Amino acid sequence: MATTQERTDQTTEAAAVETSKHRSLWSDVWRQFRRHKGAMIGVFLLTVIVLACFVGPYIYPWHPEVQDLTITNLSPSWEHPAGTDSLGRDVLARVLVGGRISLAVGIVAMLIGTIIGAGLGILAGYFRLLDGPLMRLTDLFLALPILPLLLVIIMLFRDRLRNLFGPEMGIFILVVSIIGVTSWMQTARIVRGDVLSIKKKEFVLAAHSIGTKQRRMLMRHIFPNTLSPVMVSAALGVAVAIITESALSFLGLGFPSDFPTWGRLLFESKDFLQFAPARVIWPGVLISLTVLSVNFIGDGLRDALDPRLRSK
Amino acid sequence: MGRYIIRRTLIAIPTLIAISFVIFLILDLAPGDPTAQLPLTIPPDVRERLRESLGFNDPMLLRWLKWLQQMAINEPLNMTEQIFGITIGDSAERTRILSWASRAPVVDTIIERIPQTLWVLGLAFIFGIIIAIPVGVISAYKQYSAFDNIGTFISMVGYSVPTFFTGLLAIVIFSVLLGWFPSFYSTTHSVDWSNWDSIWTQIKQMIMPVAVLSLFNAAALSRFTRSSVLDNLNEEYVRTARSKGLRENRVMFRHVMRNSMIPVVTLIALQIPGIFAGAIITEEIFRVNGLGQYLITSIQGADVPAVQTLTFIFAALTVLFNLVADVTYGILDPRIRYD
Amino acid sequence: MKRIKLLALLAVLALVVAACGAGDGDGDTTTTGDGGATPTTGDSPDPTEPPTGGNAGEGGEIILQQWQPATLLNPFLSGGTKELLASSLVLEPLAEYSPEGELVPALAADVPTVENGGISEDFTSVTWTLQEGLLWSDGTPVTAEDVVFTYEYCTGSSDCTQSSFFSGIASVEAVDDVTVQINFESPQPFPYNAFVTYQSPVLQAAQFADCMAEAAITCTEQNEFPIGTGPYVVTEFRTNDTAVYSFNENYRGVAEGQPFFGTVTIVGGGDAEASARAVLQTDEADYGWNLQVLPDVLAPMEAEGNGVLLGAFASNVERLMVNQTDPDPELGDQRSEPGTEHPFLTDPAVYQALSLAIDRQAINDVAYGDFAGRPTCNVWPADTATAAASTNNDDCLTQDIAAANALLDEAGYEDTDGDGIRETPDGEPLFILYSTSTNNVRQLTQDIVKANWAEIGVDSELKNVDAGVFFGGDSSSPDTYQAFYADIEMYTNGSGSPDAGTYMGNWTCDQVVSPSENFGGSNIARWCREDYDATYAELQAATDPEERKALSIELNDMTIQGGAMIPITWRASVSAFGNDIQGVGDLNGWDSEYWNIEDWTRSE
Repeated sequence: MATTQERTDQTTEAAAVETSKHRSLWSDVWRQFRRHKGAMIGVFLLTVIVLACFVGPYIYPWHPEVQDLTITNLSPSWEHPAGTDSLGRDVLARVLVGGRISLAVGIVAMLIGTIIGAGLGILAGYFRLLDGPLMRLTDLFLALPILPLLLVIIMLFRDRLRNLFGPEMGIFILVVSIIGVTSWMQTARIVRGDVLSIKKKEFVLAAHSIGTKQRRMLMRHIFPNTLSPVMVSAALGVAVAIITESALSFLGLGFPSDFPTWGRLLFESKDFLQFAPARVIWPGVLISLTVLSVNFIGDGLRDALDPRLRSK
Repeated sequence: MGRYIIRRTLIAIPTLIAISFVIFLILDLAPGDPTAQLPLTIPPDVRERLRESLGFNDPMLLRWLKWLQQMAINEPLNMTEQIFGITIGDSAERTRILSWASRAPVVDTIIERIPQTLWVLGLAFIFGIIIAIPVGVISAYKQYSAFDNIGTFISMVGYSVPTFFTGLLAIVIFSVLLGWFPSFYSTTHSVDWSNWDSIWTQIKQMIMPVAVLSLFNAAALSRFTRSSVLDNLNEEYVRTARSKGLRENRVMFRHVMRNSMIPVVTLIALQIPGIFAGAIITEEIFRVNGLGQYLITSIQGADVPAVQTLTFIFAALTVLFNLVADVTYGILDPRIRYD
Repeated sequence: MKRIKLLALLAVLALVVAACGAGDGDGDTTTTGDGGATPTTGDSPDPTEPPTGGNAGEGGEIILQQWQPATLLNPFLSGGTKELLASSLVLEPLAEYSPEGELVPALAADVPTVENGGISEDFTSVTWTLQEGLLWSDGTPVTAEDVVFTYEYCTGSSDCTQSSFFSGIASVEAVDDVTVQINFESPQPFPYNAFVTYQSPVLQAAQFADCMAEAAITCTEQNEFPIGTGPYVVTEFRTNDTAVYSFNENYRGVAEGQPFFGTVTIVGGGDAEASARAVLQTDEADYGWNLQVLPDVLAPMEAEGNGVLLGAFASNVERLMVNQTDPDPELGDQRSEPGTEHPFLTDPAVYQALSLAIDRQAINDVAYGDFAGRPTCNVWPADTATAAASTNNDDCLTQDIAAANALLDEAGYEDTDGDGIRETPDGEPLFILYSTSTNNVRQLTQDIVKANWAEIGVDSELKNVDAGVFFGGDSSSPDTYQAFYADIEMYTNGSGSPDAGTYMGNWTCDQVVSPSENFGGSNIARWCREDYDATYAELQAATDPEERKALSIELNDMTIQGGAMIPITWRASVSAFGNDIQGVGDLNGWDSEYWNIEDWTRSE
């Protein structure tokens, strides 16, 4: 039977231990993430690529649009590390600038898809009345053959949006919206499943019984606990978005010729694979590396956020 | 279980009708014109007459209902007639869905092209499964070993490098530079199973697309298999089985595999409709004149009946295989009860 | 476990069954009966089987690559060049054009002229006489009734795309079994329209008898397996994919050993570059059609030495159409209407300067190559029997930035605000919305032209529209080439015939396109000059070939100097042939490229 003094001592000791080794959830996650070698390489690669694309063009001497018809289709050299294209434009400059657009498309499209998916998933999971219809809607979207409809929709809206927002923004908005609107379904399903299981947990019951309002319940309790699958899904979503945009441009239906996204560069260069391979290899390898890094990061996140693995 | 299947099938019908309507709506708004591909020497009044006769200018609802009737009633009747060699009702007068480009029935063209798509993509799918499952299982079993690390790396790469890039490289290396394989897929080549040359020709023209696609399929599937097996390896019952003294083989094949394969099989079933979506890009690259290529040329030529029918068939396949996946899941996992 | 194995087994079985279906189902899928079947049965007859008389058909197989494959083999239902080509192996017209643009009789005994009495003195009728003893591939004789029938078939069906070939015809009569008389509504000095070229061949009346009017499009059997008089007969057809032919044993040239090749396979699909590769590099095909490939890719392929590239220069010119009306969106309904006037493009100083500034040679080098294009300053670029190319505009062939700048300076287009862009005297900047269809080559051209114009102080925005939309006829779409809601449009057009009579009618006043009248008409630039109309009327009535040539030059000059358009490149159709294919001669740009396929042979 401990005395009051001893008990107080114990509590202070415990408190002291607490403050000296403060471990939050996120630092745990980061520690576990760091142990995943692939993920760390992915972070490194991705940082290099992002820096090269967003900062690079300011340092790199060649301009992506300047034509010089006397030096078309050169092989890589010290002067032009990736050679030149049919109009004598420097390929590396175009690849770097194109990367900006490809990466931007990847991120924004992923954001749109994730927000829609997570939003619908939470609503479906939390409100029983909405569950049925929202899940039917998800099924409907899942059953729609995406690629054919993507192709048709792009043909449909490309010119109208271009007239509204100008050639650059117009096509950007079109491509990210389409990719976002057609990729939310998986996230929605996962989030819904998660919300359904969270709803049964005791802390939710407790919060409910003290009279927490619905909105607070959703924002403060439910949503933060769905974050882990959402984050993993988001990371992989970037990869999917980049590949989808490249595929669309490769089929000739993505960005128009003034915008050298990686997919578009592949499309323009595919005939030259044998005679000027650098033109194809640079964008192709960059797409692959970016997607690879993002996939590794997603993998690492999944491992890091999985409580079972972390406890080891 | 039976009741569940019937219920799902009944729900599927209005879903499919709704899907066909949505597809039709989108296609109707699309700005293409079937007369656009005709040479400019054909005067505008002739083009206008053509559009009239194609039914291009009819109101959308009317066209959709006509299509629905042809798709849901006339085409299945025609197919039954052809398969069983009987005549049902007034078959000569029955209107069929005609392509605007070729004026031939769309369904006939689709049936003509199914073999190509199935040969290449079906085989790639099967090979993908054959490679992925053992690799995934062994990777999980020997987690963090050299095999696992290399396997993970290769599958990550295979999963990340887009198929159009690897396809292009394969064509240039193997077809142009080395001259081993043809760069065109000949659809008129009929395989004479008794003649080795004939079989070898077919193999040669299929190797590249099948290899490229299998790599991609295997990569994705092996990751999934690996994580599924890992989940199960950490379960309590495995420890129990081992401590009971069961041989490792038995533990793996009798217990772990059966449970791990449940989500894998469901994923496989869900991916089958994806064959056709992936077909579109692959058939473009390898010049295989299958369903994917047909879809692309129809979209480019604004051939609405063909696009409509094809996308509807893809959607129907997705719905069908979703059902198959769910039912399979129910059969394999005794914990799931659908009533 | 057992259930999984069972399921897997079932799945594999299903796939194997389907695949086996591919193996032996090839011949069954398209022939659905013997309605129009020819004596040659089965899929591909043995080419070494000795034919009746001569050595025809001993040459084995020739593989033709058409990356745009035919969707059907009835040229009257689809005027696309790919269908016309594929059908021309089977169907033949009364007369055809040689690569030099001269009329050569095909089914007819000779070409009717005023001298031989074939054309009536008042030019209201032309009489064609068929060769003796002509047979269809099923053995029945070709008669004048077939010609009459073909006329009724096309004019009687709203689906016939070639009806413009029969315009102006009052009636077609069979005078006797081998003589046909075509009567015109008004005098036609150049009556070689109907039944000339692969665009309007003769169909067999017996085969197509049930396919009149609305039934035309439902006659799939006839549309895919037409019976003809040509050197080949269709044995297998897969729409948009492949067509296989075997030689016609009833062909009139069999006695001379024509055709050489026993089987023809037309393979479709892929793109132009893959076709070029198949002929020039991997030797998978003997011929590749319409190779629209950048010269930097095509030239190295040809240099490998496995094949040759041939170009057929006909009358196709890639040109910039100059909008005479005002496409300003502010005008609302009145956009690009014939009543409005463009703020600066109608000024000769401007359009001449724009033309002088363009570096046509650079465009040709980058985008076309010498075998596929030549810089040109004329909308009618070719010398033929009845038309000639003008040399009066050729100073535009050399890029002259200084002269262009001088022209604009003199006319008062100064850059008043120092932004590098000139303004009109009213202060409106010289900004051009430059629109064309989506196409690698066109985008390259646009890039070059934009840079050229920037050097003379003209700003431009490059716009490209999907080809299906650009060339489509959607009257509600603002992006079609007829709508011309842009300042300058670029595309290619050409004449269907070596005579300029029909083609130059594209720029008469009555053809002016008007949005309010649903864009009917072919005068896209909305350009109208009375003296042009008068000269065109003269061409319509001219009967002397030299007079026609002079008039074609005059009309050409009027359109160029009057600023209706700015020509850039005279484009050829480029095809590749394997080195061992002989007997081709020049590539035919005026008619079917297969026009002399019966003469083609393969060297050892």
